[in-house]
Amino acid sequence: MTPPRHPGGPAVALRDLPNGAFGRIAEMPAKDGCAERLEALGLRVGKVVEKVSGMPFHGPVTLQLDGRQIAIGWKISSSVLVVPLSRSGGAPRHHE
Amino acid sequence: MSEKTAKKLLLVGNPNVGKSALFTRITGVHAVSSNYPGTTVGFLEGWLRRGDDVWRVIDVPGAYTLTPTNEAEEVAERMVAEGCDAVVVVLDATALERNLFLAFQVMERGLPVVIALNMVDEARHKGIDINPVLLEELLGVPVVSTVAVSGEGVSRLLDRLREASPGRAVPSTKEERWAAIGRVTEKVQKVRHRHHTFLDKLEDASVNSFWGLVIGIAVIASSFTAIRFAGEGLIDGLLDPLFERYWLPVIRYLSGLFGGGGFLHDIIIGRLVDGHVDFEQSFGMLTTGLYVPVVMVLPYVLSFYAVLSFLEDFGYLPRLAVIFDAILHRMGLHGFAIIPSLLGFGCNVPGILATRVLDSQRERFIAATLISVAIPCAGLQAMIIGALGGMGMKWVAIVYGTLLFSWLLLGRILHSLLPGFSPELIVEIPPYRIPSLKAMALKLWMRISGFFLEAVPLVLGGILLISLMDASGITGVLSGLLAPVFSGLLGLPAEAAAPILLGILRKDVAVGMLATLGLSPSQLVVATITLSMTFPCIATFIVLWRELGGKRLAASMGIMIASALIAGVSVRMLLSLNV
Repeated sequence: MTPPRHPGGPAVALRDLPNGAFGRIAEMPAKDGCAERLEALGLRVGKVVEKVSGMPFHGPVTLQLDGRQIAIGWKISSSVLVVPLSRSGGAPRHHE
Repeated sequence: MSEKTAKKLLLVGNPNVGKSALFTRITGVHAVSSNYPGTTVGFLEGWLRRGDDVWRVIDVPGAYTLTPTNEAEEVAERMVAEGCDAVVVVLDATALERNLFLAFQVMERGLPVVIALNMVDEARHKGIDINPVLLEELLGVPVVSTVAVSGEGVSRLLDRLREASPGRAVPSTKEERWAAIGRVTEKVQKVRHRHHTFLDKLEDASVNSFWGLVIGIAVIASSFTAIRFAGEGLIDGLLDPLFERYWLPVIRYLSGLFGGGGFLHDIIIGRLVDGHVDFEQSFGMLTTGLYVPVVMVLPYVLSFYAVLSFLEDFGYLPRLAVIFDAILHRMGLHGFAIIPSLLGFGCNVPGILATRVLDSQRERFIAATLISVAIPCAGLQAMIIGALGGMGMKWVAIVYGTLLFSWLLLGRILHSLLPGFSPELIVEIPPYRIPSLKAMALKLWMRISGFFLEAVPLVLGGILLISLMDASGITGVLSGLLAPVFSGLLGLPAEAAAPILLGILRKDVAVGMLATLGLSPSQLVVATITLSMTFPCIATFIVLWRELGGKRLAASMGIMIASALIAGVSVRMLLSLNV
């Protein structure tokens, strides 16, 4: 299956981003309660996030956004699509 | 201060931005605050006098948005919609962009706003500089930098309440709002390069798939060790010697006055054991009635809340939610449910109240039932360790192991039986902060005084009731009626029925009574497991009723009694195979 194309390259699920890698959000989960909640936390298309970690056994994914860590459930992290950024090209981590 | 002439002031902001700390600063009313989102689900109010004005100040539950996504936000939206004379929007300077979303929503509704740009000290540490003057100019509302925990800037903030204004915001769509926020943020905020500190690295490690587990296990193990060490130390090194030395002579004297026996003596001093007063076994109001709450339970309550307050204020608990999410997800909950469960280890009441942070009725039912069944409160734990620890820690471990297993199994069963689905975790993880000793001490004091006010009267009442039931023969009748269950199913003597039933008042006293019956270790294990899991104590019962409603409470109680009997019988059978 070919990954969906987005401006800037192919997008992957946030959970599949390696730890420490950056990505620009290309697609958010379909409209429902959780989309509102994510957006209220500042997660929206175009924002650059760093994946900090993913817990085993379908545990949550922790990401860093504007200097803040946010943990989201495994299922949601599969429907947040990001375009991976190279370290040099991507926005640096806010406090690095 | 009359309610009619007072002006209404709302404190509004995202969760965990220091609203409660600011509220305490402004009103002198102590609000409990912690370093995790959602400490305030209900709201608090207090008074402020400033110049000629009297303000009724309301601490609104933390909200990310006025388009509600949970109960706290529904409450916040309602309170903002009701209108007021001024709103202090508290912004977290370390996350300005996201915090401005709520501020814009409030301003767009035309409410007079003053902005408290809070945690500017932490922002500076993080290399974030915000220009408050420029922010004020761009928004058209007063902006004051504050550090609520230390009080910095609070007075200036209050001075400017009269200048509150809706500013320049006009009603806009979400996209327009984010764009406007982006423009403002870009102008007022400068982010400097900064190296990773030790705390930053610890933050990352705490949610790492390997180190997170290592740290989690270390935190839990060292917390339990510290609680036990401090609890035992306080009992053996301080409180027990004090009681023996200063209180025992008074009791002996009183016992002599009452003639060493008789009805009144039995109620006030209790029964003499081998001719002596025994604080643990006499069961008089002035002996066991004071000894149990003050000497045996208080030290554990104190050390538990000291450790918990530290973990709360340091900001560790939300990381625990990340670690436990995978397990809790299989029990119909998400990771955040670990926080109410942990609070339940102190007292089930605040634990069950904290289940309000969960999203659905289904989750709240599962979480509250699991807390009542399988989370022993500090009082109960103190008595379990006191009664069983002397016979060997193996017995204590069997009780804890059974409770843990029941927690997991019952969660799994409830998740499969109840219609609905496990919600997904979405939680902001606060940065680690070195806790303020003063704030921790204050919180500890509030919790300990709460324990005293609630526990001591109930323990005294329970002991009075036991004496009266004994004297009137009710205990005998009850024991006779329940004997088939207790001796037949659980292998316990009929006398164990009365203490287990009295667990409805307070479970710590009930274990104290069980300990006087001369049971074998395995009988005591079965009895404490049954007592721990079966119906809740009266305080928990009331709060469950309020939170769940009558029908769900009945279902929850049915589950508790069934689980208690099944666990009691199973453990009895397993132990009889072995011993």
